[in-house]
Amino acid sequence: MNQKEGQIRIPAGCAIAGVFSRSGERMDGSAIMEAMTVMHDRSNGLGGGFAAYGIYPEYRELYAFHVFYDDTAAKTRCEEFLDRHFDIVNLSKIPVRKVKAITGEPLIWRYFMNPHPGRLADSQLEEKEYTARCVIRINREFTGAYVFSSGKNMGVFKAVGFPEDVGRFYRLEEYAGHCWTAHGRYPTNTPGWWGGAHPFGLLDYTIVHNGEISSYDANRRWIEMFGYHCSLLTDTEVITYIIDYLHRRLGLTLEEAAAVIAAPFWQEIEAMPEEKKQQLTYLRSNFSSLLVTGPFSILLGYQSGMMALNDRLKLRSMVAAEKGSRLYVASEESAIRKMEPQPDRIWAPAGGEPVIAALY
Amino acid sequence: MRIDAAQLDFKELNRIIKSAADQEILIENCLGQRYIAGGLAGKTVRIFGTPGNALGAYLDGGKIIVHGNAQDAAGDTMNDGEICVYGSAGDAAGYSMRGGRIFVRESIGYRAGIHMKESRDKAPVLVVGETTGHFLGEYQAGGKIIVLGLNCPADQSPVGPFCATGMHGGRIYIRSNTLLRHLPPQIIAAEAVEEDMAEIREELEEFSRLFNVKMEKILDRTFYVLKPDSKNPYKQLYVLH
Repeated sequence: MNQKEGQIRIPAGCAIAGVFSRSGERMDGSAIMEAMTVMHDRSNGLGGGFAAYGIYPEYRELYAFHVFYDDTAAKTRCEEFLDRHFDIVNLSKIPVRKVKAITGEPLIWRYFMNPHPGRLADSQLEEKEYTARCVIRINREFTGAYVFSSGKNMGVFKAVGFPEDVGRFYRLEEYAGHCWTAHGRYPTNTPGWWGGAHPFGLLDYTIVHNGEISSYDANRRWIEMFGYHCSLLTDTEVITYIIDYLHRRLGLTLEEAAAVIAAPFWQEIEAMPEEKKQQLTYLRSNFSSLLVTGPFSILLGYQSGMMALNDRLKLRSMVAAEKGSRLYVASEESAIRKMEPQPDRIWAPAGGEPVIAALY
Repeated sequence: MRIDAAQLDFKELNRIIKSAADQEILIENCLGQRYIAGGLAGKTVRIFGTPGNALGAYLDGGKIIVHGNAQDAAGDTMNDGEICVYGSAGDAAGYSMRGGRIFVRESIGYRAGIHMKESRDKAPVLVVGETTGHFLGEYQAGGKIIVLGLNCPADQSPVGPFCATGMHGGRIYIRSNTLLRHLPPQIIAAEAVEEDMAEIREELEEFSRLFNVKMEKILDRTFYVLKPDSKNPYKQLYVLH
């Protein structure tokens, strides 16, 4: 019998890559797919995915939900819920092409929607909070339905397979966006399922992650106090919720959020100038349960930017480069050079030091 | 022999290198292929591009020359021979190396030279022209690590924090006008004296020749030498015993 998610451990590495155009210039998905091909041997075919920003300009004001369904019954149940809570402006199957290496696909649907005005008013919630709660509710309560992308003018595309095959499956060369992030494989030592591939998204935040979170349960217990629910059988999900909580809900800057997730050692804080010391002492003390330990390199995508971050010991590789208005980040320099053979500058960011690019 | 690596994956590229009758091998358009020249001996491999991880792992002789940057774990567990990088190297260069020499013109990432060891006639050497990341020489058990900090402002350390943590053999030489802060307690650090400098003279001259940096430039700052305290180096490293 095939062992399922949670029943077997399969160790492997991972690959991440990202490109961001600060000038907002849109790039199609072929370059990032080629970059992932260079790092093919870091993946094992158990998960691949991409996040792209700026790809739905014609619907830029609407939430774009990408949803996996196990079967039509799950789709019917979920659509009833979506109909009640949102005004659906457009819905369609996400166009895919048949790729030999990609099998067992669920039903994959896309919805462009606005929160239902009456419902939203009744809820007394801000629009993003309302939408996030709907996503969490579906993923938690609707068996066989999984919202894997829920931001505006952006989308997540993921599957079980090698990233380059996943990209061809979703026809990513037909999309154009100012930011792309990508992930190869799947760091949870398990067989993999479509929902558990990276990126993990909530609203317009997406995370791709190479590593393994030793602090997962501590992080999960804390974040679940604030209405989140970790339902995807994999550790990376929790980083997405931590970012959403710190950045969207509490209004911390991304640098502050990075200082919570990859907090400096106390001995380093001790040696800092007084003001910085106070700030970091506050962040470490107040959010000690959101410190993420274990090896990680992550790329965060959000509406107007991209952030790269390593764990403070730099236990996973990460290289960054710049060319003109573009920032490139990847697990390996070779992947960057596939996208841009002659960058203006190429460097390895230190552990715990966020690298952020935002639209001009 | 000339190899265009553009369309080759790492298995094919390494098969060609290993089976080549030619002693001189030139690789062009290299991009991310792993394990290049792994376990090889007696050949000279010149690479243009970006070789992938574990370049020259278990290298047993001969020479690898990289015109570009090396990625992670260059010279992992190498036993003999030489790797020369006209650029930078990623994390963990010289990891567990037990013989041979690595010269890097620019910088190295985290964990350079960790677990280096020596035995009998084998003593590995790692020379870095600019800076290194955290954990340089962690658990070093033998051999020489030399960091020149040639691009480094006079008041900054060319090596990152946690240098020489758990070091219990070998030497680390750092060209710097100021001694590192926060060295682990089992390390003795002192300004290099004439005898110490004589120990690295040959390596410095080779660096100077390879990368065309004048000896006067290399020697215009103080060198510090780090060595383990030979009175029971393990004592109190982790536990009292």
